[in-house]
Amino acid sequence: MENLVDLDFARNILPELLAAAGNTVVITLVGFSIALVLGLLLALLRRSRLAFISWSATVVIEFIRSTPLLIQLYFLFYVMPEFGLTMSAWSAGIAGIALHYACYVAEVYRAGLDGVPRGQWEACKALSMSPWHAYRRVLLPQAVRPIIPALGNYFVAMFKDTPVLSAITVVELMLQAKNIGSRSFRYLEPITMAGIFFLIISIVVALLVRRLEHQLQLPSIKTREST
Amino acid sequence: MSTSSIVRFQGVTKRYGPLTVLDQLDLDIERNEKVALIGPSGSGKSTLLRMLMLLEDIDDGLIEVDGRPLTHMSVNGGLVRANERYKREGRSRIGMVFQNFNLFPHMTALGNAAEGPISSIGMSKKEAQDRAAELLEMVGLGDKLDHYPAQLSGGQQQRVAIARALAMRPQIMLFDEVTSALDPELCGEVLNVIRRLGDEHDLTMLMVTHQMGFAKEFADRICFFSEGKIVEQGTPEQVFGTPQHERTQAFLRAVTEAI
Repeated sequence: MENLVDLDFARNILPELLAAAGNTVVITLVGFSIALVLGLLLALLRRSRLAFISWSATVVIEFIRSTPLLIQLYFLFYVMPEFGLTMSAWSAGIAGIALHYACYVAEVYRAGLDGVPRGQWEACKALSMSPWHAYRRVLLPQAVRPIIPALGNYFVAMFKDTPVLSAITVVELMLQAKNIGSRSFRYLEPITMAGIFFLIISIVVALLVRRLEHQLQLPSIKTREST
Repeated sequence: MSTSSIVRFQGVTKRYGPLTVLDQLDLDIERNEKVALIGPSGSGKSTLLRMLMLLEDIDDGLIEVDGRPLTHMSVNGGLVRANERYKREGRSRIGMVFQNFNLFPHMTALGNAAEGPISSIGMSKKEAQDRAAELLEMVGLGDKLDHYPAQLSGGQQQRVAIARALAMRPQIMLFDEVTSALDPELCGEVLNVIRRLGDEHDLTMLMVTHQMGFAKEFADRICFFSEGKIVEQGTPEQVFGTPQHERTQAFLRAVTEAI
């Protein structure tokens, strides 16, 4: 067995794979940003005091969480045009993965908000704050801190789910690696390199999340004494 | 009843399921009066404060503040339940200090005391912080402005909570068992602040307390609650000295025996 790994070949395909990795990162960043906003909205709707609003939000969240991302993407890309909604593969892909993860993120937000003591809400009321100010200034900042690790997990999970978008022809990292393989009949290098990209970026993100978590930690008596 | 009442409860009833916590309660409080609400737990005293702060809706009756309905608003000559906007406006005249402080843990003492005016009145950050610093100075925490609640003792936290409530310039201050969560040696600093507030400021004050000594010395009037009703009220001398109702007598006997 000679030259199991062809380093020249690996070097040649690197630019193509890097470009595709860039696509993957862009999809994740845009998708997760949308998921963070949409998820918060869904969480707030689910907490609504009006039964039909919270019930509708619950149905949407549970429906999307209980069906595979792949089916949702197929639906958005191949079925929706029959109802007059035609999207590019990129738009459909990002919309699909963002919506899918928004539902998971909504449940994380909900747990975070449920964890804020009721007294905080009462203190806001006693200061005659509006619900908008209460959420923005008091409740959300407290709800988000403990759920940052969970949000980070979903970020990485979404990142690793982006290859599913190849099913609707989005050229992300995995599809590019596969294309290179079928073109050159060498799969070892492109697939391995794709795997390594995923690994590196996932680890970097995990480290960043941990740092963010640390930075947002509130000072306690202990940290005061040490400074 | 006097026309100078700042707070007026008229037939206020509050139920939790089958339990009637406040039963057809009438109570008039004069401007700048200091009223202590005492009685066994579950007798409705804290509920009364929470109704007045509009933290919970009343089931029946009406509360007026400064001659204006608080729990209701007039629409086309009739009274209907207040909507959220109207309630918010009503709350702005009332400040409340809670048993568990309920400080915002992600804000410094200064941030806590400045938050109300910034969020609710739209005051500039600078002005609100100046006012907050002044108030924190007044409660003896001028050197703790940049401390977070977790870095303060219970007594200090409760004093920040008092400054936070005062920053809204309320006419009425509500104190809901504000020393109950504190170690005994920290109660004094909080009570001293309340005492000074009463002496130096025009404030109507209602407090639910188990500190009978403080109630006796500080309050103009004591209201003794039992089972959702005020069964006896009067000056501290009357209520503590010559209680008329047998439940008051039993309660005071139990409390003094405990000491």
